[in-house]
Amino acid sequence: MAEVAPVVLLVEDEPQMRRFLRAALEGNGYRLIESTTARDGLAQAAGRNPDAILLDLGLPDGDGIEVARRIREWGTTPIVVISARGKEQDKIAALDAGADDYLTKPFGVGELLARLRVALRRATRSADGQATPVFTVGDLTVDLVARRVRLGDTEVHLTPTEYKLLTTLVRYAGRVVTHRQLLKEVWGPNAIEHTHYLRVYMTHLRHKVEHDATRPRYLLTEPGVGYRLQTE
Amino acid sequence: MDNRPSPEALLQRLREEEARAARGRLKIFFGASPGVGKTYAMLEEARAKRREGVDVIVGVVETHGRAETTALLDGFEVVPRKQIDYRGVALEEFDADAVITRRPTLVLVDELAHTNAPGSRHAKRWQDVEDLLAAGISVYTTLNVQHLESLNDIVAQITGVHVRETVPDSLLDEADEVELADLSADDLLKRMSEGKVYVPDQAARAIQEFFRKGNLIALRELALRQTAERVDAQMRGYMREHGIREIWSAADRILVCIGPNPLGARLIRAAKRMVGGLKCDWEVLFVEAPGLRISASDRAALVENLQLAQQLGAKTVTLSGLNAAEEVLAYARANNVTKIIVGKPTHPAWRDMLFGSMLDQLVRGSGDVDVYVMTGDVEPSVRARGPRVDRGAWAPVGHYVWSTLAVVFCAAINLAVFRFLTLTDVAMVFLLVVAVVGSRYERGPTIVASFLGIALFDFFFVPPRFTFAVSDVSYILTFGVMLVIALLISGLTLRIRAQAETARVRERRTAALYAMTRELAAVRGEAEIVTTASRHMRSTFGTPVQILVPSDDRRLEVPVGTPLAYPIDDKEQSVAAWVAERQHIAGAGTDTLPAAQGLYLPLVAATGLVGVLGVRPSDPKQFQDPVALQLLETFASQAALALERAMLADRAQREAVAVEAERLRTSLLSSLSHDMRTPLGAITGAVSSVLEDKGTLSEATRRDLLKTALEEAQRMNRLIANLLDMIRVESGALEVQKEWLPLEEPLGVALIRLEDRLREHPVSVQLPPELPAVPLDEVLIEQVFINLLENAIKYTPAGTPIDVSAVMQDGTVRVDVADRGPGLRPGDEGRIFDKFYRAPASSAASGVGLGLTICRGIVTAHGGRIWAENRPGGGAVFRFTLPASPPPGVGEAPA
Repeated sequence: MAEVAPVVLLVEDEPQMRRFLRAALEGNGYRLIESTTARDGLAQAAGRNPDAILLDLGLPDGDGIEVARRIREWGTTPIVVISARGKEQDKIAALDAGADDYLTKPFGVGELLARLRVALRRATRSADGQATPVFTVGDLTVDLVARRVRLGDTEVHLTPTEYKLLTTLVRYAGRVVTHRQLLKEVWGPNAIEHTHYLRVYMTHLRHKVEHDATRPRYLLTEPGVGYRLQTE
Repeated sequence: MDNRPSPEALLQRLREEEARAARGRLKIFFGASPGVGKTYAMLEEARAKRREGVDVIVGVVETHGRAETTALLDGFEVVPRKQIDYRGVALEEFDADAVITRRPTLVLVDELAHTNAPGSRHAKRWQDVEDLLAAGISVYTTLNVQHLESLNDIVAQITGVHVRETVPDSLLDEADEVELADLSADDLLKRMSEGKVYVPDQAARAIQEFFRKGNLIALRELALRQTAERVDAQMRGYMREHGIREIWSAADRILVCIGPNPLGARLIRAAKRMVGGLKCDWEVLFVEAPGLRISASDRAALVENLQLAQQLGAKTVTLSGLNAAEEVLAYARANNVTKIIVGKPTHPAWRDMLFGSMLDQLVRGSGDVDVYVMTGDVEPSVRARGPRVDRGAWAPVGHYVWSTLAVVFCAAINLAVFRFLTLTDVAMVFLLVVAVVGSRYERGPTIVASFLGIALFDFFFVPPRFTFAVSDVSYILTFGVMLVIALLISGLTLRIRAQAETARVRERRTAALYAMTRELAAVRGEAEIVTTASRHMRSTFGTPVQILVPSDDRRLEVPVGTPLAYPIDDKEQSVAAWVAERQHIAGAGTDTLPAAQGLYLPLVAATGLVGVLGVRPSDPKQFQDPVALQLLETFASQAALALERAMLADRAQREAVAVEAERLRTSLLSSLSHDMRTPLGAITGAVSSVLEDKGTLSEATRRDLLKTALEEAQRMNRLIANLLDMIRVESGALEVQKEWLPLEEPLGVALIRLEDRLREHPVSVQLPPELPAVPLDEVLIEQVFINLLENAIKYTPAGTPIDVSAVMQDGTVRVDVADRGPGLRPGDEGRIFDKFYRAPASSAASGVGLGLTICRGIVTAHGGRIWAENRPGGGAVFRFTLPASPPPGVGEAPA
């Protein structure tokens, strides 16, 4: 973590939620800018240059998804959506609009902090302009330079498609990657309707890199939305 | 003497008043002839109404350039005329729809008897006026006496001018007010000479003829009498309303018999005048003899007459039978007819002597029914007593050949054995042959056979033989007897055959109707009834049949799940809508909207309109035939009854569902208040303890309290999620988004979600590697796994294992979630999936009892089945199936 406390812009109209988030974030070394409307949120995002944005969707003067889309028109500040809307379509819409992650209310502090960390790390990394050459989580090691995957001490043999799927997830490690996005990046833009390709290869991949494919530790399913590669 | 009106009479009065309140009021300015000042009087009164603040507009007023009338029009809002394009010519017509849209209180519509331009919705303006009244708009209109349907003939007789534009009498009868615009004949003639009466140039001569003083006086008398009769009727109405007994018993029922010829119209009009005096129900009857050929022009006249009768307010009936008198009497007895009206016979008297008189038969058989014989018609129903079966038709040539051969053969045999026979025997043999031919073939071959027989008999056998000369005059008699017998036999045969034909036609119709009724009784549901009825009608009438039913928003629609018989475009739709609204037949072959492709009948049952029947005959005249139309109506009424039954059943079911839903809502509310308050109580308690702590709680206790609060909050969150799922399942809003997915995925997510709570229960998963991907909704099936696992956690002791397995079985994938708990109590297997059902032993277990219900909803939506049973060796097993289908080839996936 950077020495300077990261600045988080919170766009949320519920006073109770703001109170809880203020306590949780400030207690964990973040500085907070608060905003209660979509219009003000956009202005603050542009004017105060926060390190990350926590964005509620149901705002009194507009939809948070629109705010995310507008911010993405000019900036790459990580956006974590926090919303009471739990339907998969809402999540996909928010992610498609450019949000980095999605948390459904109610959520615990631990989960919020973890997602925020992932978002900030990605921002730092893309600012540095270089990806980590070796990705490690638990027993799983993915060496992007040597194109090698290891589970503990054992070398895992992957087909080219499986490898491409894994490295795509590595690139977005910690974030939800939607089915569409994965299909587009691994199989190309013509394949985005063919989710069963993805399902089948994901099952193969899990059988190779997970200790128990029915209880995956690394390659997590976000039901109805996509997949996430665990980072911690 | 009880003078109070009977309850029925009161009810009737109430209904009439109600109908009248919703309808607009009709006032007719009635006059004896053009020029008496009807339009003027109407405009005067309209001005007075406007001064009173009534919203009056002018729909259509013909000023004919008269200055005084035009002046009265000044200041009125006039509805623009509608442009109707008729074969390239733009015609202007009164726009009734514009008036209905504008919704004034009162509209002026001049010249009620006007005939609309072709292509308008209705053929006649008075039909437009009916629409306006039905829409609740009051109408002022004008009418001349010669345009009144029942007076049409009389006016023609007086003036010598036959008026084509007529208005049904019922319109005048039902008008709320009739005002007579009266002017003496001298004054009218004076006005005419001053040029104040409109006379079209082209008809000037005829009009001059019309406006003779004698005519005008007679017409004025007619108009005055008509108005006086109305006043009389009003008086009777008043008497009825106030419980004063009428002199005439209302039980009178009159039956008018007409035949297929133009004179029937006069009989109908005469009967109407008689009926008008009696104020009773009347019916017009036509007996069609099967096999009897009616010429096209007679048929057209008959259809017109029956339509005329309907316009005059009669019910029309067509019967089919050989003996007209018997049919009429049978109908009269069955329908409590008190008077029968027939026309005077016009055929020569000898026919009655020879064949019997229908009139005579009618009078003799009438019993206590009065029979009135009126001028104006030939003998009703059938002109000759015996049916003339296909007399004009030619018999097949074969029949002539065979009959000729038979006679020649007979002559040959006779020649061979002549020496053993007397001449009388030979004559008998010839007679036999002619009789046989007569009994088998038509009249033509029979006549040929008898003449040939006579000729051969004469030539070969009657002395002097081998000449046609006859020595003894008595042989002429033999010839005559042979001929008469042959004709009589063939006549009899033909009658028997005709009767058989009648019976067959009747049988076929009855059988067709019976077949439909029987099948309709067996089918359930609107779509099936519509399909069945349409199929039967199509096979009976040979035309496409389309039944439309009103949807929830009252629009007529092709019922879901039935094929479309013919395209229903906006135009057809609007005709059907009109039929539904007015519950009156319209479309091709009728007076209303005749330009439509289809003919539309309302399907009316006891509770009102249940749909509209459309047929699209290739020949629009097909259903102008009263017999065909009547049969169609019979079919329609059967279909309507069946549809009503389906709709009532549907409604009853919906009501039952609503009651059940209400009951559930109540139990849900009480259950909810309990299940929501319990965790809230725990949270409030725990948090307030920590907040109000004055340093007495240990750090461990504080943490414990806060942990309780968190757990209870999570429990509430699960409860709310369950409720939301339930609402989705219940409301039918459950959208299943299937994709081919290995079962591992949803199961894996469920296992990870429940990780903390599964700590006490070892879970083993057995998914065979060959298990195919199954089309399923990831999120929903994950929910099923979560609910089933939670259920196992809740109802089984800690430490007992849970086994999840799946097998492929007959094209479905069966998933088992098995535990080693106490198992199911007998009888629980079926009930545990019911809403709010909780096994009694588990009162401690949390939850509303929705989890398994949600599972059932989700599995059912996937086309699968879910059930529970006791597991061999102890415990319960919950099984569900999902239909499997081969996934699209993965091999095609570019690697």
